Amino acid sequence: MVEERFVQGNEACALGAIAANCRFFAGYPITPSTEIAEQMSILLPKYGGSFVQMEDEIGSAGAIIGASWSGMKAMTATSGPGISLMQENIGYGFITETPIVIINVQRGSPSTGQPTMSAQADMMQVRWGSHGDYEPIALAPSSVQEFFDFTIKAFNLAEEYRVPVTVLADEVVGHMREKLIIPDKVDIVARKRPEKVNGQYLPFDAPEDGTTPMPAFGDGFNIHVTGLTHDERGYPDTNDPDTHNELVERLCNKVLMRRKDICSVKKENCDDADIVIVSCGSPYCSVGAAMKKAREEGIKVGSLKIDTPWPFPEEEIAEIAKTASDIIVPEMNLGQLVHEVERAAHGEANVHLIGKIGGILHKPDEIYDKIKEING
Amino acid sequence: MRTEVRIAGFGGQGVIMAGVIIGKAASLFDNKNAVQTQSYGPEARGGASRTEVVIDDEEIDYPKVTSPDILVAMSHEALIKYMGDLKDEGVLIIDPDMIVEEEIVDFVKEHKIKLYRAPATKTATEDVGLRIVANIVMIGAIVKVTEVVSVDAAKQAILDSVPKGTEDKNIQAFEAGYALL
Amino acid sequence: MVEKESPYKKYLREERLPHIFCPGCGNGTVMSTFFKGLEGTDIDFENIAMVSGIGCSSRIPGYAKCDSLHTTHGRALSFATGLKVGNPDLDVVVFTGDGDAASIGGNHLIHAARRNINLTVICINNNIYGMTGGQISPTSPKGSFGTTAPYGSRDKPFNLAELVSAAGASYVARWTTTHPLQLSKAIQKGLENEGFSFIEVVSQCPTYYGRKNKMKTPLQMFEWIKENSINKRRAEKMEESELEGKIIVGEFANKPHAALTDNIKTLAEENSDKPLAIKSAFEELD
Repeated sequence: MVEERFVQGNEACALGAIAANCRFFAGYPITPSTEIAEQMSILLPKYGGSFVQMEDEIGSAGAIIGASWSGMKAMTATSGPGISLMQENIGYGFITETPIVIINVQRGSPSTGQPTMSAQADMMQVRWGSHGDYEPIALAPSSVQEFFDFTIKAFNLAEEYRVPVTVLADEVVGHMREKLIIPDKVDIVARKRPEKVNGQYLPFDAPEDGTTPMPAFGDGFNIHVTGLTHDERGYPDTNDPDTHNELVERLCNKVLMRRKDICSVKKENCDDADIVIVSCGSPYCSVGAAMKKAREEGIKVGSLKIDTPWPFPEEEIAEIAKTASDIIVPEMNLGQLVHEVERAAHGEANVHLIGKIGGILHKPDEIYDKIKEING
Repeated sequence: MRTEVRIAGFGGQGVIMAGVIIGKAASLFDNKNAVQTQSYGPEARGGASRTEVVIDDEEIDYPKVTSPDILVAMSHEALIKYMGDLKDEGVLIIDPDMIVEEEIVDFVKEHKIKLYRAPATKTATEDVGLRIVANIVMIGAIVKVTEVVSVDAAKQAILDSVPKGTEDKNIQAFEAGYALL
Repeated sequence: MVEKESPYKKYLREERLPHIFCPGCGNGTVMSTFFKGLEGTDIDFENIAMVSGIGCSSRIPGYAKCDSLHTTHGRALSFATGLKVGNPDLDVVVFTGDGDAASIGGNHLIHAARRNINLTVICINNNIYGMTGGQISPTSPKGSFGTTAPYGSRDKPFNLAELVSAAGASYVARWTTTHPLQLSKAIQKGLENEGFSFIEVVSQCPTYYGRKNKMKTPLQMFEWIKENSINKRRAEKMEESELEGKIIVGEFANKPHAALTDNIKTLAEENSDKPLAIKSAFEELD
């Protein structure tokens, strides 16, 4: 039965995780993500799941990777300093191809910054935060409903591609309450268990679509999982340049080659638009009113909302840049995603940043004023 | 039509709960759209505390209040802190026992504010016999004056939000508040 | 060292041999005593999952023919916590060293002990960082030399067995590579204990500790360890000054109490009509 609730984004996230069959959560209290851990501690025992409050965020990231190899869908949630602490183990998740979901409810930063205020200051940390080359997947919700939907999607993508997936929320979407519609049925991607062929199984092999089935520990495959550069059997081979090249390129390509399947954007009024507002996450909330006001004055304004900042929807931005003269990028930072937009626009459109820090969402008029300024 | 409501008081008065109940009433029981937000941090613990609710028949994009149509003040400190951006000709509901009214006379006049006095704390204490339901009394007053949500929806949202065993007292509080104005 | 004729060869990934351990390293002895201890229990080797961090001792799981997770430096216990809580039916063994467990992983160590999570931790304490080339560790004796203590260590070392006992572990023992029989018995007890079991093995690193501290051959190191070992029962009757620089061996804790996974299972049983979810990532939901 479809259920309607009036809940905070953080609670919707926890409900999404439960719907996605997440049965393991490890976390550490940190504002403004704590409600997710609290909700998971309430919900998991009711579903036969396990909740562990770890000693820190480093341990939380380690525990969910361990739990994933035990055969569980596992998640953690954190903010600001916590996501910084998790970076090393997230990198381990990439090289070992471990499906995990990390919720990052962004707050004002750097350092301890503004614990109770909003920001989008981790856009690049999610992309490049751990050392090395890798291709992350991230989803950015802009409403309570999307926080629920994207959490489920994050679990599905994690399983499909065997990668850590981050839900890049922020304090605004984490703390606001809205109606959440919980459908009676959600699409869930179950983990694929491998089969031994001729008594053999290569846990880190490279099949056509780039993702190898993954057994659980205890399934009898006796596999070795290591953060060292390894061959297709999982055995360390750290001095051979070819082994490293093959491994890291495969890890990147399994996401890059299917970028089109992963990337998701929402376009409104873009066909005739001279000015397109490219937003991601909460700032999208301020786009609609600004666009409407400008359209009423005859200014052709469109909106492109990025659901998946990573992998970055390059083709979609390039396409917009060909038809629009100007692109406005409202971000709750001093300019992060705007550089990606500029890169993807290839100089075909003027890209304008509305960078805002301090913890408060852009007001629609701040975007409208920029439109007016550009329109002259 | 978009209506912006702000309820403010001091920590412990249940103003945030009042916002959640109004948002829930509009969203789940009146079938409108609603977004509730609130202040966090040190100010939520003892000092001025506030919650905001945006209610609209249409979809709500921008979730925050820009200038409230309705301001409800349950403490003087919160009133002074949060009344500045109340719309001209907006509705101001105060708990008169918690407010030094002389200090806002000029503001009310200048901005043609519609001022209502709902002694929620006194009603909760003396009529319902439970000081902590002052927030629910105030919801009754808000619904009566502004019709921002329906009486039925408000009652359902209250029943859906309060601890088991306290339903009767809370409905009594709502009705006492509704009768105040 | 695991020689080719070892009776425990059947437990090894033969295709990965020879191993990377230096001649005279204590890791081989620890592996043999581990398998001997395991054979003394009813545990099926197939049910063992090994977890390790970074360092020489953390390479052991890579040679064992079981599921093994070679993780990040110091964090093995947090990964192992997820693995064990995720599937309490697994017998999870953690191999770690003094730098991995007591320095960078010290916080995870005391909290894993506090939770009494049912893992068996074999901590090979060679008093030095071997993998990075001989720097002092939190267990390096006062006055000992390392590449980062060229004038001798001035710091007081950790007493790991005492630390972990105080943190709440239900089984703790310390032995050395010169006590293989006692060690394998302690490992057996640790594996059988339904709670956090910590077995500290004082071991030799002739390559770095030995060379830096005037014990050039493995035999010299071995004898130094043997001569300095004092049984806990005897040590209890001695003055603190007499025990300076000694290795106290024996059992430090043996007090079984409720383990983390039992508490989680009970909580789920009290709140749900479903059994504890295990391997549920594979479930196809309709």
